[in-house]
Amino acid sequence: MPTVHDWINNPLGIVEDIFAQSNCSPDWETKVLEYFKEKLKDNEAASWVPSLNDVPVHYLKANSLVKFRCFIQDMFDPEFYMGVYETVDPSSKSKVLRSGKYKDVAECGHQVDLNTKNAVTLERQTFYCVPIPGESPWVKESYSCSNPARVVPSTSYAPCRHKRSYEEDEDMETQPHKQKEQLAGPQGTTDIHGSGDPKRLETEAPSSLSNAASGCSSPLDLNFPLPGEKGPACLVKVYEEWELFKVNDILEVYGILSVDPVLSVISEDKDSSLVDPMDCTESVEEQRVHCPPASLVPRLHMLYAHRLQHNNPLLPPAASEASSGFLNDVVSVRGELLGYLTHVLLGDALAAEYLILHLISTVYARRDVLPLGKFTLNLSGCPHNSTYTEQLYRVIQQLIPSSFRLGMSLHNMNNLRLVPRKDYTANRLLSGVLQLAPNTSLFLDETQLEQGQLDSTGVRNITALGNLISWQKVDYDFNYHQMEFPCNINVLIASEGKSLLPCDCHVRLQPQLAPPNLEQYISTIQVSLSPSLLNKFRIYLSLLRTLDYSISEEVTKAVEDDFVEMRKDDPQSISAEDLHRLLVVARLLSLSVGHTTLSRDRWMRAKHLETLRTNRTEQQKCVNGNEP
Amino acid sequence: MSSPSATPTKGKRTRGSNPPTPWSEDALTPPSRRRRTDDASTSDLQPMPTSPVTDMRSPAVQDTSLFSSPAQSRHSAPLNEIDMSSPLTYGTPSSRVEVRQRPDLGSVRKARQVDLHSDHANGPEAPASEHSVGQKLVIWGTDVNVGTCKEKFQRFLQRFIDPSSTDDENAGLDLNEPLYMQKLEEINVVGDPVLNVNCEHLQSFDADLYRQLIAYPQEVIPTFDMAVNELFFERFPDSVIEHQIQVRPYNALKTRNMRNLNPEDIDQLITISGMVIRTSQLIPEMQEAFFRCQVCAFSTRVEVDRGRIAEPAVCRNCNTTHSMALIHNRSIFSDKQMIKLQESPEDMPAGQTPHTTVVYAHNDLVDKVQPGDRVNITGIYRAVPIRLNPRQSNVKSVYKTHIDAIHFRKTHEKRLHGLDEEAEEKLFTEERVRTLRELAAKPDVYERLSSALAPSIYEHEDIKKGILLQLFGGTRKDFSQTGRGGFRAEINILLCGDPGTSKSQLLQYVYNLVPRGQYTSGKGSSAVGLTAYVMKDPETRQLVLQTGALVLSDNGICCIDEFDKMSDSTRSVLHEVMEQQTLSIAKAGIICQLNARTSVLAAANPVESQWNPKKTTIENIQLPHTLLSRFDLIFLMLDPQDEAYDRRLAHHLVSLYYQSEEQLEEEFLDMAMLKDYVAYARSYIEPRLSEEASQALIKAYVDMRKIGSGRGMVSAYPRQLESLIRLAEAHAKVRFSDKVETIDVEEAKRLHREALKQSATDPRTGFVDISILTTGMSATARKRKEELAQALKRLIQSKGKVPTMKYQQLFDDLRAQSDVAITKDMFEEALQALTDEDYLTVTGKTVRLL
Repeated sequence: MPTVHDWINNPLGIVEDIFAQSNCSPDWETKVLEYFKEKLKDNEAASWVPSLNDVPVHYLKANSLVKFRCFIQDMFDPEFYMGVYETVDPSSKSKVLRSGKYKDVAECGHQVDLNTKNAVTLERQTFYCVPIPGESPWVKESYSCSNPARVVPSTSYAPCRHKRSYEEDEDMETQPHKQKEQLAGPQGTTDIHGSGDPKRLETEAPSSLSNAASGCSSPLDLNFPLPGEKGPACLVKVYEEWELFKVNDILEVYGILSVDPVLSVISEDKDSSLVDPMDCTESVEEQRVHCPPASLVPRLHMLYAHRLQHNNPLLPPAASEASSGFLNDVVSVRGELLGYLTHVLLGDALAAEYLILHLISTVYARRDVLPLGKFTLNLSGCPHNSTYTEQLYRVIQQLIPSSFRLGMSLHNMNNLRLVPRKDYTANRLLSGVLQLAPNTSLFLDETQLEQGQLDSTGVRNITALGNLISWQKVDYDFNYHQMEFPCNINVLIASEGKSLLPCDCHVRLQPQLAPPNLEQYISTIQVSLSPSLLNKFRIYLSLLRTLDYSISEEVTKAVEDDFVEMRKDDPQSISAEDLHRLLVVARLLSLSVGHTTLSRDRWMRAKHLETLRTNRTEQQKCVNGNEP
Repeated sequence: MSSPSATPTKGKRTRGSNPPTPWSEDALTPPSRRRRTDDASTSDLQPMPTSPVTDMRSPAVQDTSLFSSPAQSRHSAPLNEIDMSSPLTYGTPSSRVEVRQRPDLGSVRKARQVDLHSDHANGPEAPASEHSVGQKLVIWGTDVNVGTCKEKFQRFLQRFIDPSSTDDENAGLDLNEPLYMQKLEEINVVGDPVLNVNCEHLQSFDADLYRQLIAYPQEVIPTFDMAVNELFFERFPDSVIEHQIQVRPYNALKTRNMRNLNPEDIDQLITISGMVIRTSQLIPEMQEAFFRCQVCAFSTRVEVDRGRIAEPAVCRNCNTTHSMALIHNRSIFSDKQMIKLQESPEDMPAGQTPHTTVVYAHNDLVDKVQPGDRVNITGIYRAVPIRLNPRQSNVKSVYKTHIDAIHFRKTHEKRLHGLDEEAEEKLFTEERVRTLRELAAKPDVYERLSSALAPSIYEHEDIKKGILLQLFGGTRKDFSQTGRGGFRAEINILLCGDPGTSKSQLLQYVYNLVPRGQYTSGKGSSAVGLTAYVMKDPETRQLVLQTGALVLSDNGICCIDEFDKMSDSTRSVLHEVMEQQTLSIAKAGIICQLNARTSVLAAANPVESQWNPKKTTIENIQLPHTLLSRFDLIFLMLDPQDEAYDRRLAHHLVSLYYQSEEQLEEEFLDMAMLKDYVAYARSYIEPRLSEEASQALIKAYVDMRKIGSGRGMVSAYPRQLESLIRLAEAHAKVRFSDKVETIDVEEAKRLHREALKQSATDPRTGFVDISILTTGMSATARKRKEELAQALKRLIQSKGKVPTMKYQQLFDDLRAQSDVAITKDMFEEALQALTDEDYLTVTGKTVRLL
């Protein structure tokens, strides 16, 4: 059924059609958008669209509809493009109006008349998008499994791009080309390769490859926030309402893929004799960043996008839909999860309890500068010099959609770029580890701390971490000034003693058992967990974040009384800060059992938990005088 | 020399009669025509043009060089220039402007190919009546009629008066005389042939002309140039200036923000503000290539057309093919510089990254700005299609955009000169002003605003009020005439108290609220970080002075957390800043004084980590009293420990956690409103003391002095009076009142008293004692010290004639004799006092009488 898939295989044809029918009336654009929105409404249909996350670029057809689950890393300057232009056929002198929307190149088998009155200049915005940083492997797998639209069986390709052979590369160039020619007929579509000269293609491919290898001394830095990330980066061209998007948003973009080699040719010309004086506006670095080879950084012309509330594949996009059904067995899932985490935390149930609270915490509002709902947890007492923290991180990674473990070794602190910095030479925002999507978990491993001196970068990095934890904001470095970006990152600190960073809540780990082989112990626990239960945990943790919460008048009163009472006995025992924490704990505790209001019982339970926790710290203080 | 006013007629007619054919169709050539500029500048490169007319007829062949080049200096006789230029109405006078625009002219225009000359020549829209001196002709594609436009502009120059002008560019001019005529006189005297025209003036004078200027700057600015030059040389026929006057409009109200630029602004005059982030090296741009035939030495000139030189393939003289060679040093180049401008941080919506724009500066505007400068740039917005690749049949469908700068106006520079009130001025819509005024009229505005300040922080009403007054600040006064220099208008506040009483949060809030706030932590900042340091600029490799937090927060608030943890040397730089409001620097050969009119909001923790109520403020925070006395208000933020307070606090916190955003918004004024309110009051309200208020202040001061004199101590110093005045002024500003009245003084008194009560209470006596803050010791403590010294003296005297005593023995004796506990410190102090009296000396363990 070729007609059904036309809108996937040849979306530009449809755009052209609508444009031609509209006779230049300005509403053709909305018609296009509506058309695709309508098509994508159906969840089934949306899953037919191949995803850039799963399928390597060279297996995708150029100019086909693809989707991309991504994170906005940077926003480039808006660009003006030929919205509508006129081409003149030199032989017949007939003029045709064309639309330049959703395209990088104005095809002109004919001559383009730049000076016609009918030409319209329009504006679009470019976002530099990368895959969601720190996305857990299970999320990637699960998404790609649920997406049947695979152009080529994935078994045949090696995911590492550098090893791509020359033949494969050619394959990539020609294959979509052939397919397109088959499709070209009825719509009279546009062939972006001009007259489709096969010779050119053959010469083009190696040249662009060699360019990538020799022209640039280093391989192109795709600017991922986290070290060691892989995946395609993409320049997403946004045509409508780009003000609504923000840096660090996560999106699912449906758009037209453009990998025209012409896009990368520009930089190749750089050293040729024909240097346009206008070209000196951009330095070589800037060109490399803003016009990278299309085979590495494809362009995506956005037709439709929606901001993702979460990136958990097990939940429907609007998480609230799922909540009603799931809430019934919340309590049992919580019990299971508590048991599981207790095992993982070596039998410490209290720590497990707090870990659950931490994992479902999120910044739900900000009162002037104060972020509400954050719950940074410091698990102290983690054994030094062992792989325990790593194991613990693995377990957490299994449970939540995106996370990152930052070993706070001296080397890392002194050398890593945590805070994104604007590089004015290349005119882009150099990403840093702290440029993360909302609700990402940051696992700080303080057990890796060692003796030594922090240099100025190290001090800055520690300050940035401190700011992140206390205010949930990161000050991006724009060289001449700093700019504050609010964020929503769950920070979990694993340390030996009390962390040097500020935190909302400090739990001293008290292992009840000491298995001889930690690694084996943890992996046995993990193996014994059934996949269905694991999925339940995942849904549980993602879902509870989205619930609303309130406190009734009655309980407010009770809480107030309680507070006054506590202060009366011993004013030193509880400060405003403690009340803040108690309220957060009570909130998370209620949510963790699926309650959206605070009850007296929960309040008492929260108080009880806090008492247990503080007692533990007190004890520790007695044992070890050094600990503050 | 012919009269300039007469010649244009001739010139026009010539043009009109010019056969329109050669260029009427060809829309792509305007640059070549436009360029026939200043013949004088290149006169030695070619035979002097016999007549301008011939020059015009053969623009392609004849030298139509540009000015810009180094050749500029060659310019022999100015009179000659005028002579030649005036007939060529379009040519000469405006050559500078044209030079500036030239590089872009050819490639930019898409739909509107406008050529001044050809339109006049063929003038399709114009009912061609050449006799009427082109009165009805308009420039093709626009509605600009050169004649009318010129006339209008001349009228504007001759008549425009702006009595209320506060523009710094007009300093020293008589405001009741036509402004721009004075400027022309200035040009005549100074010889700097640039006339900056404020578009706002033009708009108020002739809105239509202004609209034309905005919409067709490329056509209108040359016309303005012509008009100015005619006017100028009519007035000062003998004036010698380097080149003809150029008009540089600025302050076009079209666009203020880079983000608002859109395709409609292309080819229009715009003004945007931003920060320079990069400047390129100087780019010599070829304007005209000089070719010489290798065979017959015939030379020809080819102009740049859309960034390219068409190399002549055949020599026109000897018909040899490919014999023409480019002679570099006879080609003509102009200066050009690429400047990257980034959006100012204030203009940016939250959560987005700043936009950048490319700006080209030409000729004398090159190197006018440096990276880091905040500038307002007026220029023409351009979009150029990305060049066709010869090897590719497809075009990239994207345009490159840039701005051709016409005028730079640095905002930063002016700040250093202290004339900035206006540049700071935020543009308020009338509606906003009305809302603000309404708010100000409410009787409880002061309470409202103070409760809107950091709503998440509970209570501490007086502290919030103090900070509110700090935000507004006093009225700036200048006593430099009488030799006292500036009078500090900024209010400094110190918060001290127990850890965990949300001091930092309050500081963060203030830092986020004010447009020019800086936040530093005492622990992390060094003296240079606060003041200024010299560093090597990575771009230019030159030593540059980088300003620190205090200078950066000029006119703002500098929030310093952990004030007590600051090293002494760092703290010492604050002495000057906090009273004189300047910062003197003498390092690395740079000696200067910078303005640092900043309010300081500092937070300090007690030395013993918990506030000790038995000690004075000084003893608790261990700060030098010299610094403390520079704070107008010192507040203690203590945990009150009282049941009612606890209850309210609990309620406040709980509601913080469950109330929805909307509810809270209704309850409090939002932050944006508060920001605007403060900004408006700071820029528009300048309260003066009224008679009653002065009396009230005097009385208050006298009262304060009286309290102390009763107990034999000084309880107020002139500094306290100054503080009172500032606070009263700030309170009047809160009310949007131009007069400081008694109620303001009352509130100032109350707040000051509150702060004193908290910080300057002598823990031993319970009295408020200002000397704790001013001298670091309470009067009672001093008295006690004296008494002890006397007691010791008596003790020694009672021992009779012993020349030496054992130190320890004496101490024990004194202790035994006294009924209060005497510490070793106190004993030593007493000994010291006696030593000062020359009564005894202490050497090691022995005390020797003198």
